[in-house]
Amino acid sequence: MSGPDRAGVVAATTAARTEGAPPVRAEDLTVILGTSAVLRGIDLTIRDGETVALLGANGSGKSTLVKSLVGVVPVTRGRVQLYGHDVTTQTRTVPWSRVGYVPQRVTATAGVPATALEVVSSGLLDGRRFRIGRAGHARALDALEQVGLADRARDSVQVFSGGQQQRVLIARALVRRPDLLVLDEPLAGIDRESKEALARTITALHDAGTTVLVVLHELGELGPLVERCVVLRHGRVIHDGPPPRPAAGHDDPAHEHEHPHEGGTAPVHHAPDLTVEL
Amino acid sequence: MDLLTTLGELLATPLMQRALVVAVLVGVAAPVMGTYLVQRRLALLGDGIGHVALTGVAMGWLAGSAAGLTDRDVLAVPGAVVASIAGAVLIEVVRERGKTSGDVALALLFYGGIAGGVLLIGLAGGTTANLNGYLFGSIAAVSTLDVWLTVVLAAVLLGFGLGLRPALFALCHDEEFARATGLPVRALNILLAVMAALTVSVSMRVVGVLLVSALMIVPVAVAQLLARSFRSTMTTAMVIGAVVSVTGLTITYLHPLSPGATIVVLAIGLYAVVSIVRPLFGRPAHRDPHLDVDDDVEVREGV
Repeated sequence: MSGPDRAGVVAATTAARTEGAPPVRAEDLTVILGTSAVLRGIDLTIRDGETVALLGANGSGKSTLVKSLVGVVPVTRGRVQLYGHDVTTQTRTVPWSRVGYVPQRVTATAGVPATALEVVSSGLLDGRRFRIGRAGHARALDALEQVGLADRARDSVQVFSGGQQQRVLIARALVRRPDLLVLDEPLAGIDRESKEALARTITALHDAGTTVLVVLHELGELGPLVERCVVLRHGRVIHDGPPPRPAAGHDDPAHEHEHPHEGGTAPVHHAPDLTVEL
Repeated sequence: MDLLTTLGELLATPLMQRALVVAVLVGVAAPVMGTYLVQRRLALLGDGIGHVALTGVAMGWLAGSAAGLTDRDVLAVPGAVVASIAGAVLIEVVRERGKTSGDVALALLFYGGIAGGVLLIGLAGGTTANLNGYLFGSIAAVSTLDVWLTVVLAAVLLGFGLGLRPALFALCHDEEFARATGLPVRALNILLAVMAALTVSVSMRVVGVLLVSALMIVPVAVAQLLARSFRSTMTTAMVIGAVVSVTGLTITYLHPLSPGATIVVLAIGLYAVVSIVRPLFGRPAHRDPHLDVDDDVEVREGV
């Protein structure tokens, strides 16, 4: 077989392999940071158009999981594919522009002042695009409009409140018009109105066919939207299916979150906040 | 003799012409690098690299003596370039591995650089006094070759620094996010480190380590007080860098002062003046920044 023919066949096979590939596929994903195995043998496939919530207690590995999915934390063993491309070995061919990521963050500021528009525009870049064109400007304004901050586009994010900064970071992911949106605790520290606005935005994206993976502590405003929950404990998936009901007592309106470690001795093992029926 | 005649004389002196060209170029280009360094909170990187560059100078001297060169300064600048690039890339690797935070990695570079320099100079049979020329520069003795080197350096810095601004902004603003967008984070990090190293090592003999690392940072510190956006911070810093360089150099033509020190003191003086005067002008300080949104709790007013 001559060179070009062979190249054609290889390209065709690659296309056949990646076409219809799920947005996210993790197989035996293990992440070891220092000496601790943060994730242990995670198998997870997220199909097109799904809205998946990732739940679990603090330290269960939720953030590490999403970070390893988007290539921020290196995979120790196993593999992660986005749209059929391995994030470790095929970094250059992963369709990064289809992925929007909102990191868990308390601030959107850095050492030098930057406007909301500048921060959001940086979300337009990817492995092939190092500059922002004229159209990018309009798209960035549009994304800020979606999170209700269009009128503050030219203000420095340094003067924004925590919740407003969180919304800037969400706009930075939305500006990519992603097919897969990954959000790490987007509801933390923002007021009810903003939560509801975010829920509306995500609902609209979901209706338009966007795949959503969202790390949450509780379903809250996003509850009606979530059709599948993945629960982590100690770096393993302990539940993958319809939303589990809250752990006994937590659904009682009179239930008060008293935690025994306040002033007392620390508990060895936390009861999970969610009951899981396997 | 009035001031205008003096300034005319200044511009007519070839030595001063060369010094002015170098001062403007370094004054404009250094803050471009500095804006990225301040953005990622590595403001002292230039100084850290400067210390390693001194070790490089000493290495150049050692190599020169070993090779039996008559002018042992020949290998000093190449030595500085090699050592500072190696140091800057090393700091990047240490940072990326996450073993040590950026500022601690900087400290290691700092102390290692100065100690290495002193040790190696001793071995080369020199004294630390020989290093003074590199610490404080000799902008009053700029050769034509120095001018051309600076022109090339400034062109490279401005080309990369302005041309890749969106990508470098994304990197310095939020490295984790930049990684998730698919930007070649490692390559950009190395590029930034190498550019910082080149800035310091190429211009150290002319303007000195002190001046070049100060010109990277102090104009940015002033610009920050005035600007709201990253872009305008960088532009303002470039203008400030050029203005203080030329002003400082002109002052030292009229009075026998150290050019490097004069320029740095001017820049810092400007910072002090702007930070005092700035609140008196500009937008009203007590504009209500709060959005009109509903409270999350019900509050009965007037109870």
